[in-house]
Amino acid sequence: MAEPLLRVDNLVRRFGGIVATDHVCLDVAKGEIHAIIGPNGAGKTTLISQLTGHLAPHGGSVYLAGRDITAMPAYRRCALGLARSFQITSLLPDFTAADNVALAAQAHDGSSFRFFGNARKERGLRDAAHAALARVGIEDRADVPVARLSHGEQRELELAVALATRPQLLLLDEPMAGLGVTESAEMVKLLAELRREVSIVLVEHDMEAVFALADRISVLVYGRIIASGTPDQIRANDEVKRAYLGDQHVVVKHG
Amino acid sequence: MKSSLNVSAFVAALVVAGLVLLPVYSNLTGNIFILTLFTRIVILALAAVSLNLILGYGGMPSFGHAAYLGIGGYAVGILAQEGIGSGYAQFAVALAASAAYALVIGALSLRTRGVYFIMITLAFAQMAYYVASGLARYGGDDGLTIYTRSDFGSLISLSNRVQFYYLCLACLLATVFLIWRIVNSRFGLVVQGLRSNEQRMQAIGFPSKRYKLVAFVIAGTLCGLSGALLANNTDFVSPAVMYWTRSGDLMVMVILGGMGTLVGPVIGAVVYLLLEELLSQITEYWALIMGPLLLLIVLFGRGGIMGLLGRLNRG
Repeated sequence: MAEPLLRVDNLVRRFGGIVATDHVCLDVAKGEIHAIIGPNGAGKTTLISQLTGHLAPHGGSVYLAGRDITAMPAYRRCALGLARSFQITSLLPDFTAADNVALAAQAHDGSSFRFFGNARKERGLRDAAHAALARVGIEDRADVPVARLSHGEQRELELAVALATRPQLLLLDEPMAGLGVTESAEMVKLLAELRREVSIVLVEHDMEAVFALADRISVLVYGRIIASGTPDQIRANDEVKRAYLGDQHVVVKHG
Repeated sequence: MKSSLNVSAFVAALVVAGLVLLPVYSNLTGNIFILTLFTRIVILALAAVSLNLILGYGGMPSFGHAAYLGIGGYAVGILAQEGIGSGYAQFAVALAASAAYALVIGALSLRTRGVYFIMITLAFAQMAYYVASGLARYGGDDGLTIYTRSDFGSLISLSNRVQFYYLCLACLLATVFLIWRIVNSRFGLVVQGLRSNEQRMQAIGFPSKRYKLVAFVIAGTLCGLSGALLANNTDFVSPAVMYWTRSGDLMVMVILGGMGTLVGPVIGAVVYLLLEELLSQITEYWALIMGPLLLLIVLFGRGGIMGLLGRLNRG
């Protein structure tokens, strides 16, 4: 079998006495959308943060395209093609939308130890920024400071920033969080288009979106993966129903 | 937005024009004192501008910036004492020593942030202060008198008041120009991005510490230049220039003028030092007036004087 793009092997992370990530094994094939679902506090964001390098695991390993990246700092993982969006919007609030994306493009375009030329006038960076903004449909908001963008636009900008780093693998931490019905539908459409270009790990509460998009779903409860499979397999899985879908049917219907 | 930019630009141009024409005024009125006063203001404005790169643009609240004033000053003083009078050598050593000190201090202190960063930069500057106090051969606590100013041959005479003033002003304007280019460059955008959201910058692929350290070294080196000029201005250098209150003065100048604005620190330095001068002529308890005044400006004038100007214009 070919080496998966992302392979997580027995990952463990503790916070005091709580095991937030409990021997998690996971793999993501090239071109796949792999969704991770689970109730609040299941350790989804903790898991993502270990994949991006913002949090160090206490045991286990993470491989990207066969390469052990467990001890690699976040910025180097990003250079290898790993990009993330944050659950709680994390942008540069005093910069414009275009600046946010251009900086992401700049990070992957040669050295940033250039002290003299005006970076905002660099054609290549600006073009890349506008292309990424157009990709998520907010090109007309390019020169608006982030603090004045709507929440939905900020979520889309998060995605544009991640795309501008030309990732192989996108880690999306609840991209639909706080979006209205129409905005959510747009985001689903966008992600469905993106899957042709990039593999995606999708952490999401919006079950309708998850079942519509995912090739495979892993269910995380109390830090453990209790089931992993196609959407149909997950729907039929008794343990999942009991542990998650059953308790939280409100969430399922809400979508 | 656009008109507020114009007001700031207008005030900036006015300040620069005033500084350029000052020696003419001094010459016409025979007021030498004002030239001496403004030489000092221009030199300290240079230090404030350098601090603004890390404090204003980089979000690194260094409370030990005066250390570089001392390092630059002692480089000039010690070399002069040892018989090396060449200004080129003295200034080169002043800049190199400041850069080296910034590299070491930065590498250590940038592992921390927030209050810890403030405290550790303060601690290192105080250490430099006590080291200088212990230099018995170079005056120790009493400081070191510099009998001849840095010698630049026939190029420029630092003993000539007007020439020296213009040298300081040229250094200040060149530094402001340099900072202007830096903050709009790739490097500058990264540094400002790190102030805004460091985690985000790491997630898009920037090794944050490296960029902060380079900014820290640039700021320290430029302040070392200010220190070398200051020593020449007073013909004297003592541990007192490194004392923590001096670092505090520099921070106040930056905050008063407007953090993260290009000419804010220059205006802050002019206003702060002029106020100090005027108030101390009125009463020896001038600090009692100065303190509340600064509090008011900081409390009600967010963004300092440049921020006030912007709002004045919009409102």
